[in-house]
Amino acid sequence: MRNPKNKMLFLLGSLAITTSFTMSSCKSTSYKNTTINAKNIEITADLGSVETVENFVTPYREHIDKDLSKVISFSPVAMDKSKGKWETTVGNLFAEATLEEVNPVFKSRYNKDIDICMLNHGGIRSIISEGNVTTRTAFEVMPFENSAIVVELKGAQILELAQFMIAEERAHPLAGITIHIDSNKNIKNIKIKNQDLDINKTYYVVTNDYLALGGDNMKFFTKATNKYDMDYKLRNVLLAYFSKNNPLPVITTKHIIEE
Amino acid sequence: MKRRDFIQKTAVSSAILTFGGLSLSSFSNKKTKRITILHTNDTHSHIDPFPSDHSKYPNMGGAARRASYINKVREENPNTLLFDAGDMFQGTPYFNYYGGELEFKIMDMLKYDAATLGNHEFDNGLEGLAAQVPVAEFDIINANYDFSKTIMNGLTKPYKVYEKDGIKIGVFGLGVKLDGLVNKREYGETIYLDPIETANRMTKILKEDEKCDLVICLSHLGYAYDKNINPDMISDLDLAAQTQGIDLIIGGHTHTFLDKPTLVKNAIGEDVIVNQAGCFGLRMGQIDFIFEDNKLVSNSVRNINI
Repeated sequence: MRNPKNKMLFLLGSLAITTSFTMSSCKSTSYKNTTINAKNIEITADLGSVETVENFVTPYREHIDKDLSKVISFSPVAMDKSKGKWETTVGNLFAEATLEEVNPVFKSRYNKDIDICMLNHGGIRSIISEGNVTTRTAFEVMPFENSAIVVELKGAQILELAQFMIAEERAHPLAGITIHIDSNKNIKNIKIKNQDLDINKTYYVVTNDYLALGGDNMKFFTKATNKYDMDYKLRNVLLAYFSKNNPLPVITTKHIIEE
Repeated sequence: MKRRDFIQKTAVSSAILTFGGLSLSSFSNKKTKRITILHTNDTHSHIDPFPSDHSKYPNMGGAARRASYINKVREENPNTLLFDAGDMFQGTPYFNYYGGELEFKIMDMLKYDAATLGNHEFDNGLEGLAAQVPVAEFDIINANYDFSKTIMNGLTKPYKVYEKDGIKIGVFGLGVKLDGLVNKREYGETIYLDPIETANRMTKILKEDEKCDLVICLSHLGYAYDKNINPDMISDLDLAAQTQGIDLIIGGHTHTFLDKPTLVKNAIGEDVIVNQAGCFGLRMGQIDFIFEDNKLVSNSVRNINI
């Protein structure tokens, strides 16, 4: 991104270009456009402020502020998605929360259990600071409206998921799966809920609707044999989980084990 | 260097010309008329300015400040139109809490004339959008989403003609392809129509039937795409180059901060202005169109000062 100070200076230079103007066949008036002046204006405090607009917004802002500031949990440590190679505490928490919160809904509807959760590292939009956790924390971590989707995948696609994970070397949030690799990053073993991966078995993976469509290059999700839209926003998943878990657990589970 | 000198001189002389034209209008029988277009895009529920400790945009933006600038421009020229190129929704808790109602109410207070739809207008589904449309006192203009099989049927206009000081300004809207960007669940049975074909249909109506003096496209297509990555995505630059009859494309979607509007030659070699004002209400675009009495204009030259 550019430096805002530079942008403030850019009130546009004057570059004039003279061009030919072809007259349209029919004109409603006897007026003709001869000159165009164009510029972009920076919106800063220097422009002044309209009080009626300000006053209109104030009660809404105060209501939202009060609501967002409600303390719903406590975090004993700062959880940061940039801290960790294969997994992070905030990623583990997000994936664990999603698996725990969505599974009962999935089970009650389809009488099946979710095996794995996989989300995207880029989808974690903020750290969870040490100290009080508020409603605002959930909005900061997950400001988007994405909701949970359970994707039905064959074991072969779970292998693709694992290969993608190892190739990307990004701490995409995981739960329910452990991938063992050697020093050359070859996959030695994959465990799903402590059982060896069965290539022919059907697994249920909870993710978000963006990734389920193959977002962030997670193409294996598009090979789903079935998709179950849970209509459960991930932000609401976090809010529910935070409210039930006070203090928040610091989950250091390793999902990629280098042997 | 020589070219720059020439350009600067031309700019100065045309600025004087413009000023002269303006002052003339107050004495004589309207030798010139001026239409001002103000525009925003991708405001994304940014009603408040960014906090003063924000790392990227400290104390920038804010609806009340935009209102102040808009008022000033309108005071100076009552023949001003105010447009938005979409993605008014989503980005702050104001949207999460009130579903877009506040965004629309503030746009009413700022007296927007029209807005087109961005992909984020679908974030609460067609029902969520349809519920907010009655709040908008401005026109919602889109020509390439066929809503006829949806709850949005009849709530948008493909185009609208505004008349200011006897000048007819035709405005139509184009939206980005929803498939792959918005969940099918949210856009339902909305049918996406080809933007280039739609634009040609619209400009024909606005130029030939409605006899507009000026044609503006409110576009949420996006400024430009890397053809290697997105070979099928139509951008504002593509739209400008492949059509005719559009004077100004007011863009959005790609959050593009243009230092100055871009000039593109259209399919028959005429100039089209493509502009976009970044995002989050951090900027506004302002385009002044000066019209002169045809009888007094001897040559067929249009000066574009950007």
